[in-house]
Amino acid sequence: MGKFQLITKGLIKENPTFVLLLGMCPTLATTTSAINGMSMGLATMFVLILSNIVISAIAAYIPDKVRIPAYIVVIATFVTLLQFIMQAYVPDIYETLGLFIPLIVVNCIVLGRAEAFANKNSIVDSALDGIGIGLGFTCSLTVLGLVREILGSGSAFGFKFIAGDGILAFVLAPGAFLALGYLIVIFRKLTSKKAE
Amino acid sequence: MDKLLVSPSPHLHTKTSTKSLMRDVVIALLPAVVVSVLFYGWSELLVLGVSVASCVLLEYLITRYMLKKPCTVGDYSAVVTGILLALNLPATTPWWVVFIGAVVAIGVAKMTFGGLGQNLFNPAIVGRVFLLISFPTYMTDWTRPQGFVGGGLDALSGATPLGLAKEGGVAAIESLDYMDMLFYNIGGSAGELSALALIAGFIYLLARRVIRPYITLSILATVAIFSGIFWAINPAEYTDPAFNLLTGGLLLGSIFMATDYVTSPMSNWGGVIFGVGIGIITMLIRYFGAYPEGVSFAILIMNSVVPLINKVCHAKKYGRA
Repeated sequence: MGKFQLITKGLIKENPTFVLLLGMCPTLATTTSAINGMSMGLATMFVLILSNIVISAIAAYIPDKVRIPAYIVVIATFVTLLQFIMQAYVPDIYETLGLFIPLIVVNCIVLGRAEAFANKNSIVDSALDGIGIGLGFTCSLTVLGLVREILGSGSAFGFKFIAGDGILAFVLAPGAFLALGYLIVIFRKLTSKKAE
Repeated sequence: MDKLLVSPSPHLHTKTSTKSLMRDVVIALLPAVVVSVLFYGWSELLVLGVSVASCVLLEYLITRYMLKKPCTVGDYSAVVTGILLALNLPATTPWWVVFIGAVVAIGVAKMTFGGLGQNLFNPAIVGRVFLLISFPTYMTDWTRPQGFVGGGLDALSGATPLGLAKEGGVAAIESLDYMDMLFYNIGGSAGELSALALIAGFIYLLARRVIRPYITLSILATVAIFSGIFWAINPAEYTDPAFNLLTGGLLLGSIFMATDYVTSPMSNWGGVIFGVGIGIITMLIRYFGAYPEGVSFAILIMNSVVPLINKVCHAKKYGRA
């Protein structure tokens, strides 16, 4: 697999949201607007790249029996870092995402990449894998957030284009499930055509 | 050779079809439709028209061009969904809100699951609940429009009886007359208007053997018993059974929507469990919940456990005692 493919596979073939259906909790909960979805995606990508690099570097020294706790400690370190950085520089977004920032520790995408990729590949490959999967996650969350924001509040990235409210259900939990379901349908439809 | 059907026995011949059953449901809904149009006038006619037309049109377009299946518009099921959706909405609902409701009912709740027979949830209720949480201002605007009968009032604004009870407790509904509720209600969506018209439809459906009475009666009995117990304990706090039976969407829901073949249990005992569940959830929402009315939520919640109920209560197999 080429270096370039390591990045692109996370966008389409192994898209964490639309294909692997990983990390559903932040996906459904934080995508009330495009900005929120994108911030959540970028935050996860930050942790993912750094934890991938560190884990691939130290993987050889971790005893097999305690590897999961060891990964969690590495991931938790970066999440704590991220939490302080966001609190200091982007307090508004930190406030909106709230609990979902610390919850990145148990995000199955981050742990999944550590277990499935970083612990048996080189540091450079692991970093590229983190970038690819992170980009895929960020793009999916931004698209989902954008769809929900357009339908639910009649705005895109905060710019309002209709007066009043939209279809409120799309900002609430049921709309998250509906929008995600239909986006997966569209994604499958588009990618299956490409494969033929 | 296309005329030869190969299928396992028993080979029963019957004139009953989806089409004839659904046509009977439409006929049974007519009294309620007529009453609502008489009392709510042109605006109700518009809601009904938009709802039925868009449900039928969407069903046609989706089956024809998206699913590329045989078109199922002819079986009247989209018409039934359209009428039920319209009867669930206030007469003042703007046409585009009705249209969105139809898109959700037919497109999301019915066709996404594979069309009639495969939907988990009653399409009309999904449409109504979606609109209720999406457009709370339109969906709780009970301004009473000018009807064809009922006097020279320009417009009568007022909360529904259940809304009044939620806001002001039992004292707020003391002035209401039960005979009014029986013949034509004092406020609410079109299908909540006349208890008598809905009961007439129920009797027609029973007489034509379109539905079995177990689900409807167990819902009504559960509501009566549940509210009866609370009312007996503290009549100053809780509304009485007659009020709970006659108001809101209870009759419409229990007669026409909980009994939907696709989304209700197959066996009679399953139907009773289903009905008791709907009754209890409805009363819990009415007495303790945030919304004044809970029939639609109750039916949706119980729709989701129907597969489990079917697993516990097997339908009697044909030919066995």
